[in-house]
Amino acid sequence: MTMGQNDDNLIDQPEVLQPRMVTIEISGKQYTVPEGITVIKAMWYAGQEVVRGVGCLGGFCGACATYYRTKDDPKVKTCLACQTAVQDGMSFTMMPPFPARKAIYDIRTLQDPKQDLFNLYPEAPLCRNCNACTEACPQKIDVREGVWKAVFGDFQSVATMFMDCVMCGMCAPVCIADIAPNLVALYVSRAQGAHFTEKPMGLEARIKEIEEGRFNDEWNKIFSMNKEELAELCAKVK
Amino acid sequence: MNIHALQQIVHQTRDARRKQTFPRLSVADRDQLIHKYHPDYRASAYRPLRFGPNEGERTVVELATLLEGDSPLDEHVVLTPHYYADVLVIGGGGAGCAAALHAHEAGAKVILATKLRLGDSNSVMAQGGMQVSVAPEDSPITHFLDTLKGGHMENDPHLLKVMVEEGPSIAKWLIDLGVLFDRDADGNLHVKKGGGSSKPRLLTCSDYTGLEIMRVLKDEVINRRIQLIEFCAAIELLSDDDGACTGAILKDLDNHQYVVIAAKTVIVATGGIGRLHIQGFPTSNHYGATGDGLCLCYRIGAKLSHIDTFQYHPSGAVYPEQLVGALVTEGIRSEGGHLVNARGERFVNELDTRDVVSSSIIRECEEGRGIRTMSGRVGVWLDTPLLDIEHGPGTLEKHFPAMVRQFERFGIDIRKEPVLIYPTLHYQNGGVKIDINAETGVRNLFVAGEASGGLHGRNRLMGNSLLDLMVFGKRAGLTAAARAASMKQGKLTLNHLERFRAEAKKHGNVSGVISPMILPAYTRKG
Repeated sequence: MTMGQNDDNLIDQPEVLQPRMVTIEISGKQYTVPEGITVIKAMWYAGQEVVRGVGCLGGFCGACATYYRTKDDPKVKTCLACQTAVQDGMSFTMMPPFPARKAIYDIRTLQDPKQDLFNLYPEAPLCRNCNACTEACPQKIDVREGVWKAVFGDFQSVATMFMDCVMCGMCAPVCIADIAPNLVALYVSRAQGAHFTEKPMGLEARIKEIEEGRFNDEWNKIFSMNKEELAELCAKVK
Repeated sequence: MNIHALQQIVHQTRDARRKQTFPRLSVADRDQLIHKYHPDYRASAYRPLRFGPNEGERTVVELATLLEGDSPLDEHVVLTPHYYADVLVIGGGGAGCAAALHAHEAGAKVILATKLRLGDSNSVMAQGGMQVSVAPEDSPITHFLDTLKGGHMENDPHLLKVMVEEGPSIAKWLIDLGVLFDRDADGNLHVKKGGGSSKPRLLTCSDYTGLEIMRVLKDEVINRRIQLIEFCAAIELLSDDDGACTGAILKDLDNHQYVVIAAKTVIVATGGIGRLHIQGFPTSNHYGATGDGLCLCYRIGAKLSHIDTFQYHPSGAVYPEQLVGALVTEGIRSEGGHLVNARGERFVNELDTRDVVSSSIIRECEEGRGIRTMSGRVGVWLDTPLLDIEHGPGTLEKHFPAMVRQFERFGIDIRKEPVLIYPTLHYQNGGVKIDINAETGVRNLFVAGEASGGLHGRNRLMGNSLLDLMVFGKRAGLTAAARAASMKQGKLTLNHLERFRAEAKKHGNVSGVISPMILPAYTRKG
């Protein structure tokens, strides 16, 4: 990017010119890396090949669920490695795949989805309110509240609360009742969409129009046009 | 200068800018701007392919090198199958899941292989929405014309007609599976307006549209007990004596062993090329977007289409450094966010097509009206606080929770501060040439989603990718399943590789690299 201009529009970032190096621990081993890079970039900087544990690199896929602790703090926290900056004294390790049980169902043929929840996930009502799931959620979802709302049949609220869920699964290993809240919420959200949401009439009408050939004349006209005529038609669309 | 001091001009000029309107550029002005500033027209970044199905055609050097690359296999590799399938789907993103589900529904034995986890893809990150003409004042015809115009009239019209006509039934399929699209008060699907579209047509799930769709499709793939092979990257396709595709060889990334799959039909749904960082651009793409499918299909003899054109999404984050390349959704501009240069001026209609908006941002920066960071990056402001001012407090929080959260993690409140953006490598407009059933020039080889080419012409419209991959994933799955039902498994050979190597040798084994790349080399050496 070539630019002929003075420094008036230059953002101050002294850390870029002289990056401060910090000492961190990756899975118990010490490395020195530039302060402020993301956890995942710190792993690459430390020379590690990462296959498992990287996905979208944009905070959406939940592949890089990570446990970390900051200097002198006993509290182990959770984060997405692609969305978290390293700091001096930080210690982290990636979460291995956790073998939570996912129920198998055909969402379209459920007869009584709110009751079926208890057959598919009989552990769901056994929540003991410890709140560990909520504390483990890197997306700050009130997971515990969501589990209770699911159990009480408030599927609408669960669907809204868990729209942020990236399915990292960090709520599951901490559950003392062996609930996998993300999977419960996924079932509940799908049931809400498939069974408790109004069918959009406009969509049905459009599908019918297409099936009945309502646009066929226009298609025939378009496909008989030459390139210039078509370009002219496109230019007219406002 | 302090970033907050630099941002003041955005706050100071906001009221004046709100009174301005910017018309979209005329075709002539648009072409002039793009030819001067769009990276697709930087001739030095391109070279012709020296051999193979697209011999003589130009593409970016990074891709040419891989397409002409050699296979990692030696000729003594044992081709005894570990698994058999009617339909082998390679890739676990939106197109792969849609293909696998429809092939399974049609009764085929399906294997879905993916080099990372099921669902790891660009699809999961799609924020802007999915274009479907459901509004009464809209129609598939208008959708067709908007897309054709956006694609510079180079779209394959037959593919395009199929996509816009099947959009509504795809939306119904997703709703029946439980996808929670945003609704209007009357229960109808809420539609938003996207760049380059004349009518509001985007179906959304706040700014988590791709995530919501992928959560549902992944769950459905597991519920149907479709056989999954994760962390296995396809490194070569297999062909019979007639040149038809008969399976693939995967490399298990955990134990580095080869896995041979005999398949009557193969659907390549491996996505795009962002992680090749062509022309040095940062990218919005996921970790595995290394163009593997293009290399595999090219070696087996499938022709590619429009491989000289890429989409640089106008708004990739430039600051903070941790978010460089990450996408700032076009939805912000759809809802009225202004692009503002260092002088506090708007310089483009923010809802023009992506190639126009990107070119204009590059122009502002090259002509010295950008804001620079000490990492050597440059960008312009995207006035995010304007949305809360225009539509009321809470708008950003409600419509863009993912984005608010993403910047909040690094101490930036987009409700109060504008963000700095510059174009980021986002999408491969072209890919493997397909027909309306997603079949390539190689029999029994199908390609769906971003890996395919022709549909989008020279520039894809926002929201057409999610629809593309659902429609052609479905068509690939159904056609492959029907084909497999009426045929026997073909012989497994590497004849095509022998031919490819012979041709490479004639040209002096030009590239000298092994492809596909599988994963980008980000690990620091030494």
